[in-house]
Parts: sequence; structure tokens; C-alpha cells
Amino acid sequence: MNPLKNHAFLEKHSLVLLIAIVVTVLIGGIIEIIPLFRQETVIEKVEGVRPYTPLELAGYNIYIREGCYNCHSQQIRPLRDEVARYGHYSLAAESMYDHPFQWGSKRTGPDLARVGAKYSDEWHVAHLVNPRSVVPGSIMPTYGFLLKNSAKLYDLEDHLKAQKTLGVPYSDEMAVWAVKDAKVQATDLDRIDSDGIISRYGENVNIRDFDGNPKFISEMDALIAYLQVLGTMVDFEVTKGINLDQEESEE
Amino acid sequence: MTTDIANNNRTTPDYNYDIVKLFVLATIFWGVVGMSVGLFIALQMAFPVLNVEPYLTFGRLRPLHTSGVIFAFGGSALFATSYYVVQRTCRVRLWSDKLSLFTFWGYQLFILMAALGYVTGVTQGKEYAEPEWYADLWLTVVWVVYLLVFMMTIFKRKEPHLYVANWFFLAFIITVAVLHLGNGLALPVDWRFGKSYSAFAGVQSAMIQWWYGHNAVGFFLTAGFLGMVYYFVPKRAERPVYSYRLSIVHFWSLIFIYIWAGPHHLHYTALPDWAQTLGMTFSIMLWMPSWGGMINGMMTLSGAWDKLRKDPVLRFMIVALAFYGMSTFEGPLMSIRAVNSLSHYTDWTIGHVHSGALGWVGFITFGCLYYLVPKLWKREEVYSLKLVNLHLWVATLGIVLYITAMWVSGIMQGLMWRSYNDLGFLNFSFVESVMAMHPFYLIRALGGLLFLSGALIMSYNFYRTIKGDVAEGEVDKDGNPRQAVNTSKNAQLQAAE
Repeated sequence: MNPLKNHAFLEKHSLVLLIAIVVTVLIGGIIEIIPLFRQETVIEKVEGVRPYTPLELAGYNIYIREGCYNCHSQQIRPLRDEVARYGHYSLAAESMYDHPFQWGSKRTGPDLARVGAKYSDEWHVAHLVNPRSVVPGSIMPTYGFLLKNSAKLYDLEDHLKAQKTLGVPYSDEMAVWAVKDAKVQATDLDRIDSDGIISRYGENVNIRDFDGNPKFISEMDALIAYLQVLGTMVDFEVTKGINLDQEESEE
Repeated sequence: MTTDIANNNRTTPDYNYDIVKLFVLATIFWGVVGMSVGLFIALQMAFPVLNVEPYLTFGRLRPLHTSGVIFAFGGSALFATSYYVVQRTCRVRLWSDKLSLFTFWGYQLFILMAALGYVTGVTQGKEYAEPEWYADLWLTVVWVVYLLVFMMTIFKRKEPHLYVANWFFLAFIITVAVLHLGNGLALPVDWRFGKSYSAFAGVQSAMIQWWYGHNAVGFFLTAGFLGMVYYFVPKRAERPVYSYRLSIVHFWSLIFIYIWAGPHHLHYTALPDWAQTLGMTFSIMLWMPSWGGMINGMMTLSGAWDKLRKDPVLRFMIVALAFYGMSTFEGPLMSIRAVNSLSHYTDWTIGHVHSGALGWVGFITFGCLYYLVPKLWKREEVYSLKLVNLHLWVATLGIVLYITAMWVSGIMQGLMWRSYNDLGFLNFSFVESVMAMHPFYLIRALGGLLFLSGALIMSYNFYRTIKGDVAEGEVDKDGNPRQAVNTSKNAQLQAAE
């Protein structure tokens, strides 16, 4: 029997055709996507990855708002030149709390997966205000307005709650303290009691005035707080000797 | 369906052309807008001073360009042609005038909501799926009505068989719905505000995003536009489709295989290797069904190749298929891991996308519009076929400049990034690779300018066509000079539509 002859049946029964199309297109997606939700096989267990602090989360949202991902990737591939240029290749765990991921697809500018702690806050401010003042030849837009806009912090509690619903391990305490923690993080250490935020997010949180203007908390503060934490959560000195290759490390 | 053909009279049904006209005009309008934004952001990359903070920076305008050309221009073209083709091939009027008109205004509203969001910084930050949850929900409503109008028209058709073009349109409509719903799952922070968080994070969100992103290419920009090929190429060439068997084989293999190809956007990332390998394998397999479509379209001309010499409209369609063949060969090539390690993150990808977008999607749309506008406005032919030919060559030159510039700059970028000196250190700082791109960004912008100029020539040609004018020296099929159909009242009415 010629299967092509039976195709006439589909051409005469449009609803069956519609269902056949849906079934056909679902197969590939199901096979590729569903297994990824068995996280233990996909995401390596590494120490140090924590959810963003409220201020960093505000910065992450500015990063998305400005479309930074259009020109900057956050995914270092395990290739010799990329590891030499940017640092250790990216681990799945490092973006496990990014809703959505910011891996990007184009490097008009350099990768930012490990930009944290690479440059000073002053450098970031100067660079964002006028990229060509510190990197002659850069074609990045200027973002001076970030210094003037105050960061939107008042609804951070709702943000943390939404993320918690989606599975990010924020505690109720973190949500309640979100606005306060954001303000504390953007204030120089000698002017503030930081015990609370450290108890919630750990010793490694960067607590300081990021934008050089202690008078108010700008979007620049939030964005730089985010940039300065990128790629710094996993301590690769500690993980040395631990085999990150999942096939061998499993079970 | 159940209708007995013998009972049908063969008179032409009263087709709903008004809705098709609206979408055709929207296609032209959004085409010019989307391409202009593209030219502007191309110039921003050559001259960063053109970035005007905060609203007109590259980061905010690039989604405006991609959505403008893909969803506003391409989407309107798909609505126009699918509504036209489903009526003609089912020999029945579109199911509901009101609901089809709703899809028009609803879709335009979606475009405006999305565009305003981008410029003011309301975005989900996922490529080609940037609109926030409220726009996504609205699009879902519009899309369901679109599917309803399309299916109901098919249900009451007067032809027993559903013509192949409709299979492709159907696959496009339903699969885009599935992709949109899957990738769009998000939780609004607060129902009063635009901001939401994607339901997925990290690896999973990357896989789902590129399952969506690659199949936006596969179903929005390929399946739907192949639907156009299957109707308008045979119509214009006055030949039947080359092979019915090939159309069945390539339809099912295309839609089955395309879905798997997404992970080739994630080579060497933290996505598990097995998924990357699946994506690469299916991308290479995809070459065959893609070329099946190209061959079926091109070979439709067999026995009538001389028409290519005489008819610039048909030439548009065939050049479109040639570009389709080229970019669907380049795609599988770039999906191979080793090639991808060089090409990924570079301008090569941008060039690849544009050989598909400008050459394939753009040209097949132009070809269909040149066929449709005279038909819809009841003109014998467009105002000037010479201008059609001019459009073809100006645009082709633009594409050639665009993609060759991006090939050179992309491969150069990739090689500069991985270049070492004798001591084993990296040869170039990143910004040196940026500075090396400057001349190619200029050439690319010139290519874009030419392509946009072509679209403006087309717009002028349509303006005169709708007005009822005929350019000097235009002849009909028998070689007699064509007459203008210009009654001034008629012209005003038509122009107002």
C-alpha cells in the first residue's frame, strides 16, 4: 500500500490534519526539554551559588530592560581562547536562578559571565557614562541617565515573592527585608549595620556605595552591584580537584 | 468535505478581499518602518554617537527592528496571504468578516503594545519573544481567533481536498501558538505592572527559548512563507506544482525535524551535550526537507523557464527560493559544532539570518505583493514592471553587500578572538576586534540602505497602481500598450482604503 495515497484522507479531514501536525511538532520538543527538568543530572553541585540580593536583582532587571543581552553574552565556552580571555567556562549552576537566562547570542561587546570584581566600581561608572572614556574604540551606547534615576526598590518584596513562587530559594525573611537589604547594600560599610544582609546572603555580598554618590541609591548602584557579582559566586580555587565533568562525578 | 462538487456552480464566490487589502497595506507600512529601524541600528554600530539615551539605544531598538520586520512586516504578510489563499483554494468566502477584522486591529494593537514596551524598557528579555505578559496574553487571544477564522473557513470549503499551501499555513498557525504558550509562561510580579519573571531559569529557560526561537524561524518565517510559495509561484508561472509527492514528503519531514534543531544555538554552553548533539544532528538532516521545498518551488517553472526572462515578479519569487536554498545550506553548516565554535557570537550569524530574512522572507513577500496588489485593486498589472525590476536589482545588490560584509567581519571576529602570539598569549584585546569591524558595518549599512530603497520603490509602485496609473511603455500580455484606469473619483476612493 502506498502511504502517500492515504494522505488524501488527511487532506479531506482538516481536523485530523491539525491534530497530526500538533503531534508531529510536539515530539522533538518533548524529548529535548522534559529530561532537562531532572536538575540533578543537568546542574552540577557546586558551592557558593546563591540567589541575587534584592539590589542585585534590581540590577539584573535593569540589565534586561536596557537589552544588554543583545550585545553581551554570559556564557563562557570551554574553548582555550575563551577561558584565557574570560576565565573558567560557565557552569549551569551559575545561571540557575536567572529567570530568564542571560546567556545571549552575540558578542558585539565582550562576554560578561565573569566580569564581577574584574574592574573597580569607578571604572564601571565611567564606562557606563561614556564607554569611550575608558575604552577608546568602543561602540557601546552611553548610559549616564542611570546615575540620575533612583533605583526602583519599593516593590522588591513582591519581586522576591514572585521568584520564590518560581522556585528560587528566597525565604520569607528575605522577602520581608528586601527593601531594607537593598538600601543597606548600597551604603558604605562604615555607615551601616550590615549584620542582617550578611546573615541572609552570606559573607561575600558586596556592601558599599557603588556609584560614588552616597546621597541616594541610583539605578547605577543596582546595575553595578549586579555586574560586580557576575561569575564570582563559585570559588574555583575551592572547586579545584573536584571533577566538574558530570558523567564521571555522577552517582 | 461533504459538499458535492457536482452541485457547485463554478462562479467565483464573493471573496472577502477587504481584509486582505488591509493586511497588504500593513505589510508595506511595517516593512518600511522595520527596515528603517534596521538601517538606523546598523548605523549605530558604525557611529555610536547615534545612540540617544535612554530611549533610542541599540539595546532597546534592536528588538524593535526584529519584531518590526518579523512580526509586523512578516506577520501582516502571512495574515494577508493566508486569508487570500484559504479563500481561493477552498472557493469560499472567509468565515467571519467581523472576527477577521478583529484579527487585523488586534494584531496591530499587539505590535504597538510590544513596540512601546521596548522603547520604554518593558521587555521579557528573550530574543524574538520580548513582549511582556500583557501583550503576550493579548496576542494569544488574537491568535486563537485567527486559527478559528482559518479553520472555520476550511470547514465550509467547497473543494474536497485541502490544497498544500493550507497545510503549511495551518502548521504555521498552530505551531506558533504552541511555541508562544510554551515559551511565554511567566509570573507577573504584580498584576498592575508590566514586569514578569519567566517561569523557567538557567539551562531550562535557554533550551525552551531556543526551542521557541529556532522554530519562530522554522514555522513563522519558513512554513508560513512556503505556504505562499505553494500558491503564488504556480499561479504566477501558470504551471502546476512540480511534485505532489515531494510536497507531502517535505511537508511532514520539515515540520517534524525543525522542532529538534533549537539546541544548535547553545553549542558548548552549559546545556547537556546530548541535547546539543541532537540539535546538531537534526539541523543537518533539515537540509534535505528544506531543499525539497526549494526544488518543488523552482521546478514548478519547468517548461516555462522563459517566463523568468520576461516577468520580474516571478523573478522575485525564484530568487527568493534561491536564497532560501542558500541559507538552508548555510544553516546546517553553521550548526556543526566545530564550525559553530568559530561562527557563534559573531556577525556571521547576523549575515546568515539576513540572507534568509532579506533574500527569502523579504523577496517572496515582495513577489506575492506584486501579484496581489493588482488583483485586489482590480488592475491588470502593477503600475510599472520596470520599477519591479529595478527594485529586484537594487535589493539584490543590497543583500549581497550585507551578507558578504557580515561573512568577512564574522569570520574575522572569530579568528581574532582565538588568535595567539608566539608566547601563547591572546593576540588581540576585545576592543581591537570591535574596531576592526568598522568598515564592514559601513558596508552593511549601505546594503541595508539599498534594500530599504527597494522597498520604497515598491511602495511608490503600489501607490500608483492603486491610484490606477500605468507607466509609459507598459504593455499587456499581447504586447499592446496598457490603458490607465484612472477615474479621479475611483482613484480617491481606492487611495483612501
